[in-house]
Amino acid sequence: MIKENLYAISALFDTPDSIMKAADNISTEYKRFDVNTPYPVHGMDDAMKLTPSRIGYFTISIGLFCMSFMLYFMYWSNSVDYPQVIGGKPFFAFPAYVPIMFEITILTGAVLSVAMMISVLFKFPNNAHPLHDSGYMKAVSSDKYGIYVEAKDSNFDYSKLEKQFKELGASSVSPIYYDEEEVDWKPNTWDPKFVIGTIGIAILTSFSVYMHMNKVLFMVPFDWMMNQERADYGETSEFFADGYSMRVAPVGTIARGFIPYQYDSPDSASKYMTNPTVASEHNLELGQRKFLTYCSPCHGNMAEGASRLKGNMPPGPDLRTEFYQNFTDGRFYHTITKGKGIMAGYESQITREERWAIINYIRTLQKAFGTPVVKTEEEIAENSETKTEASE
Amino acid sequence: MHTETKDYDNDLRIARPIVEGKRTLKQIDDAIIAPLDRLPNIKFWIAISFTLTLLMVGAIALGLSFYYGTGLWGNNNPVGWALPIVNFVFWVGIGHAGTLISAILFLLRQRWRNGIARFAEAMTIFAVITALIFPIIHTGRPWVAAVYLLPYPNQHSLWVNFTSPLLWDVFAVSTYFTVSFVFWYVGLIPDFAVLRDRATGKIKKLLYSVFSLGWRFSNRHWKHYEMMYLILAGMATPLVLSVHTIVSFDFAVSILPGWHTTIFPPYFVAGAIFSGFAMVQNSLVIIRKIFDMEDLIPISTLELMNKIILLTGMMVGYAYTMEFFIAWYSGNQPETFAFVNRAFGPYAWAYWIMFSCNVFIPQLFWFKKVRRNLFLMFIIAVFVNVGMWFERFVITVTSLSRDFLPSSWAYYTPTITDFAILIGSFGLFFTLVLIFVRVLPAIAIAEIKAVTEQGQPSHTHLHIGNGKSNEAH
Ligand code: HEC
Repeated sequence: MIKENLYAISALFDTPDSIMKAADNISTEYKRFDVNTPYPVHGMDDAMKLTPSRIGYFTISIGLFCMSFMLYFMYWSNSVDYPQVIGGKPFFAFPAYVPIMFEITILTGAVLSVAMMISVLFKFPNNAHPLHDSGYMKAVSSDKYGIYVEAKDSNFDYSKLEKQFKELGASSVSPIYYDEEEVDWKPNTWDPKFVIGTIGIAILTSFSVYMHMNKVLFMVPFDWMMNQERADYGETSEFFADGYSMRVAPVGTIARGFIPYQYDSPDSASKYMTNPTVASEHNLELGQRKFLTYCSPCHGNMAEGASRLKGNMPPGPDLRTEFYQNFTDGRFYHTITKGKGIMAGYESQITREERWAIINYIRTLQKAFGTPVVKTEEEIAENSETKTEASE
Repeated sequence: MHTETKDYDNDLRIARPIVEGKRTLKQIDDAIIAPLDRLPNIKFWIAISFTLTLLMVGAIALGLSFYYGTGLWGNNNPVGWALPIVNFVFWVGIGHAGTLISAILFLLRQRWRNGIARFAEAMTIFAVITALIFPIIHTGRPWVAAVYLLPYPNQHSLWVNFTSPLLWDVFAVSTYFTVSFVFWYVGLIPDFAVLRDRATGKIKKLLYSVFSLGWRFSNRHWKHYEMMYLILAGMATPLVLSVHTIVSFDFAVSILPGWHTTIFPPYFVAGAIFSGFAMVQNSLVIIRKIFDMEDLIPISTLELMNKIILLTGMMVGYAYTMEFFIAWYSGNQPETFAFVNRAFGPYAWAYWIMFSCNVFIPQLFWFKKVRRNLFLMFIIAVFVNVGMWFERFVITVTSLSRDFLPSSWAYYTPTITDFAILIGSFGLFFTLVLIFVRVLPAIAIAEIKAVTEQGQPSHTHLHIGNGKSNEAH
């Protein structure tokens, strides 16, 4: 039966003075008691012998922690991950980070302390406390001052407490019972309602995000930025007299940054061209990056001719052999620009500087690995296979 | 302390009107919750239809702007930052009064604030919501605006520019919104519990239980709660100062003459409080009429607000004149030109509207009769709002329309769409305010109870009670 679960004995008082006296009195004898007042009564903490709240330490530590994290994040994104010079400021522009650091301190300090207070200190949300819906609760939420001592207190004695409260001037004293089932109720993760609700929400959000990203953004007017009126090459134009959309550069001009390649044979290239770059560390790094991107699929990571193309195309030759060591830089340049046999030219993909850097890098590889012993066909095939596995 | 002074007129620590009405704590509940319990009156319906009409006007203007593009606005080259930024700065400023009342006056132990703090905080939140619309629509593609504003890992490996005042703005305004909201909600928790325990309907009771989180008025909770409230007030105070400071950096960090001035941060903050108080005063005058709350929000509170309007108005006036002095004293030609151009150039009309509304008209508040006359104070506050809107207009538009190169000068005129969006923003703000007063207690119940005369313990019989930090003794 419900009646058997006694939670506490409670007393209601009419004035703040009387509740102060009661709290002062009760707190000397009992530990598990609490005072409920419609507003914080001044001086009650002392009457109840409570220590002052130390929540401020949490606020300041969490705020400063998140601030340092934000500072690190700004440093990392602006100086390490994607360094960019903005307004002539250094990559790590500390003074310019101060406003955001300040805001983050306040934001996290406030939000996380409130969240901590509510969930850890108050153990909220909790709408199943025995006090809820009792007449006691209804009185203290409006105009009465209440105090209760839990039945679990070691000194608990109903009749003695009743007398004590009466003596202190309580206007009413009453027991508070609780319903075990309600108080002990624990949320169940596998509750069908909860599971169906969660799945429903998941489906709904996925659906709406899908619709947004794949349909809505391609609808009028959202797609107007993608479909702007413009002249595409190959289209006819009514605007220009010659009827073409595509414009041709005026005779005798060269587009900015573009220098036409004038050599039509490897021999003339090797005769008239020299490498204008110096094989500095920076230049070799560039060469390595570009070589690995554009050349290594066919020529191997070390230019050793280990193709990763699994026989879909013949592998490129080993570029370290004496034959290629004797190539002039100009000849290499011509091959990269125009291609050779089934190897395509890279004129439109690799800039001039990068082409020279690649050549410097190949030279370095040649020096580092020396001239290889010429291998048999099988050996090469085997080698390229193991390389394939390793690179995967 | 509690025995001799019963002079309510001078004792601002006590929320007078409620005491004057000799209400018991229970009657305080009833009085504050009354607008929630009864069906709204005809005045409410008239008011909300009016504000909803304004909102519709704005919504249509926005819809058209999204459909046809921002070409419908008057923004031109060089005035690219036109009404959207003006409205943004204006609305963020409005929000500042709310935090000032709820946080700064709390720390200064001004008890008269208790009656209007909740309302002012709500206004902060609504003003910031309204303000946030403008930078987002200003991107022209609001449905992807988050992509431009927030640092998130993306396939271009690009991060937002942390050194830009515009990004500081994103952080400042969103922090301001979040913290104000948390502050407001924390204040509401005990009031939700009051509503929960009074509720009769099942759905009402469920909703209030959920929002009250199960608050039990336990003193073991009040202890942390009060400390948290104090901390939040302590954090909101520098926050509110930082927000308009950072908003002013949008201008001050640039190198445009008329914008590049160090006086901007304090000047913007003072202006924000000035216009914010005018707006709070305006809304309070309307709200107390509509919801019959004349005795909950007394004239004396409004009078005190008028004094703050007078004070901040003079600070703003000082800033206006100081700008001129500095422009002359700097000996910098473009700077001098910018200010002479402001006062006597093509936008002189806007400048003098601003100057008279902000500096001359509030001087009427020197007279006690004016400060306590509802009609006059309302009109003056409207003028202040107009003036402050024009201040942002003058700062933004005059400097942009005539910068260093005369060949790039151009005159800017807002279009009808621009104004429709501005009108819509007022509609949104006041609709939210009306709904708020209708569905939530507009006055903090627990806070009011704590400052009533019968709510104070007398401390004669116990040697307790030194230094609860928020109690004025
Ligand atoms: C798609 C695969 C492929 C890629 C990528 C590739 N090559 Fe080749 N390369 C070949 C093949 C195949 C040959 C042999 C062509 C022939 O002799 O017909 C070759 C030949 C060469 C030769 C010898 C040319 C000669 O005259 O004998 C050089 C030098 C060379 N490549 C350099 C490069 C460089 C540098 C790159 C990177 C920019 C590169 N290759 C990228 C497949 C490739």
